Amino acid sequence: MANTKPIYFDNHATTQVDPRVLDAMMPYFTEHFGNAASRNHAYGWNAEDAVEKSRKQIGSLIGATSKEIVFTSGATESNNLALKGVAEMYAEKGNHIITAATEHKATLDTCKHLEKKGCRVTYLPLKGDGLVDLDMLRDAINDKTILISIMYANNEIGVVQPIAEIGRIAKEKGVLFHTDAVQACGKIPVNVAADGIDLLSLSAHKMYGPKGVGALYVRRKSPRVQLTAQMDGGGHERGMRSGTLNVPGIAGLGAACEIAQKEMPEESARLRRLRDKLRANLEANLEEVYINGSMEHRLPHNLNMSFAYVEGESLLMGINDIAVSSGSACTSATLEPSYVLKALGLGDDLAHTSIRFGLGRFNTEEEVDYVGNKMIEVVNKLRELSPLWEMFKEGIDLSKVQWTAH
Amino acid sequence: MAYSDKVVDHYNNPRNVGSLDKSSTEVGTGMVGAPECGDVMKLQIKVNSATGIIEDAKFKTFGCGSAIASSSLATEWLKGKSVDEALQIKNTDIVNELSLPPVKIHCSVLAEDAIKAAIDDYKQKQAPVGSTPQAVAHS
Repeated sequence: MANTKPIYFDNHATTQVDPRVLDAMMPYFTEHFGNAASRNHAYGWNAEDAVEKSRKQIGSLIGATSKEIVFTSGATESNNLALKGVAEMYAEKGNHIITAATEHKATLDTCKHLEKKGCRVTYLPLKGDGLVDLDMLRDAINDKTILISIMYANNEIGVVQPIAEIGRIAKEKGVLFHTDAVQACGKIPVNVAADGIDLLSLSAHKMYGPKGVGALYVRRKSPRVQLTAQMDGGGHERGMRSGTLNVPGIAGLGAACEIAQKEMPEESARLRRLRDKLRANLEANLEEVYINGSMEHRLPHNLNMSFAYVEGESLLMGINDIAVSSGSACTSATLEPSYVLKALGLGDDLAHTSIRFGLGRFNTEEEVDYVGNKMIEVVNKLRELSPLWEMFKEGIDLSKVQWTAH
Repeated sequence: MAYSDKVVDHYNNPRNVGSLDKSSTEVGTGMVGAPECGDVMKLQIKVNSATGIIEDAKFKTFGCGSAIASSSLATEWLKGKSVDEALQIKNTDIVNELSLPPVKIHCSVLAEDAIKAAIDDYKQKQAPVGSTPQAVAHS
């Protein structure tokens, strides 16, 4: 096997740290190592300056003020803090939460936890294109509803929800609105004011920053959102999240936000063009390929496709010089195909054949061409091996076959 | 997941890919698994009816690399064996030969099932006409 690194097309899982971000972080590992909570000396002041600069950079990216940014260890923690913090703080007002079936596990499992604690949770089904049905959302709200939590953009299919409409509905009904914006922040314009967002989770490592640091935006005015802290300690982050701040990580998150904001128009246009080129190549050269989720309401750098009659893991094995992920059961720990694709109404058979391509800042046009051509070659090879492809070509309706499921 | 060298070899160079004439009385066809489960194996044997020896074996598999390797290996082992010898092939033999991890054992089970299904199909084709109805009438 060639001793070169695989082409990285899995930018929804994580991204490579931008060298400019690393440069912004380095001093806080070395000469400026102070604790941002140390008020009595220059070491502490330097660290605090870095943290405050980062708050401004994040605020600028999402249209918030610095005082509304609470640093966390990442979006999983941000989601936990938002949901559990609201559920506990507003327990007297109500106990009902509305979310969607395609949310990240950090939201879904937190909701499951809250159900055990006495909350009621509505998991909205999605339309076939992966979008939330706004009428259904409106109908789900009752006088016990305290929170709507809907992700900005999905991590598997890249579908972007009608966030501003959801924000309007939440406001109209007097319900708080949290969004997991991990995949959207730094990629498409996100504005907490225009979108009517009360709480927003974001993570550094999805936008070319370091792992282990994220933030939760918590609205301070109209309404002033309060949270019950989930970690006891020194009362950092205005009492909402105790724990010594990860100063180098926070400096990196801020730098990542600033770069993303500055370069977004150009970068998103470039990635959209490359993504569309990949799609066109695959569709022109392969039959029986299907896009999963809305193409219109979608992140510019995401493509999720099913390659019918070819199982996902065997496909990944054939393209082992490309790093992507599959919704196939065989690639997951649970041996269940992607719950996101199933929520779109996709049959297990097609879910098993899906591949997620996540393009990023460091991908080149040559890579996009290579990946497309390699996919075509491997899909064709595996279809020659596939009894289902043979049956399809013979005109047999696979849905009418009696399978010996085991 | 890391694959054993043997799995990778069968995946890259699958043996005996293809189809035999399923209407022939010398050919037994086994198709096991289901698309919803992510695995479908079609395994065919061609038996010399005079000698009872499996002269040819072909497969096609929709499934992960381990499923492809299991069925590819099965066709290699089937060729040259008598039908009765073929029935002795156990899924554990496949697991050992390919060093399959526990999560992939079902691939070997599927391959064993496919062998049995192909032999069953062959035997049914060879059975004297009317033998099955007699058995039914007897009960």
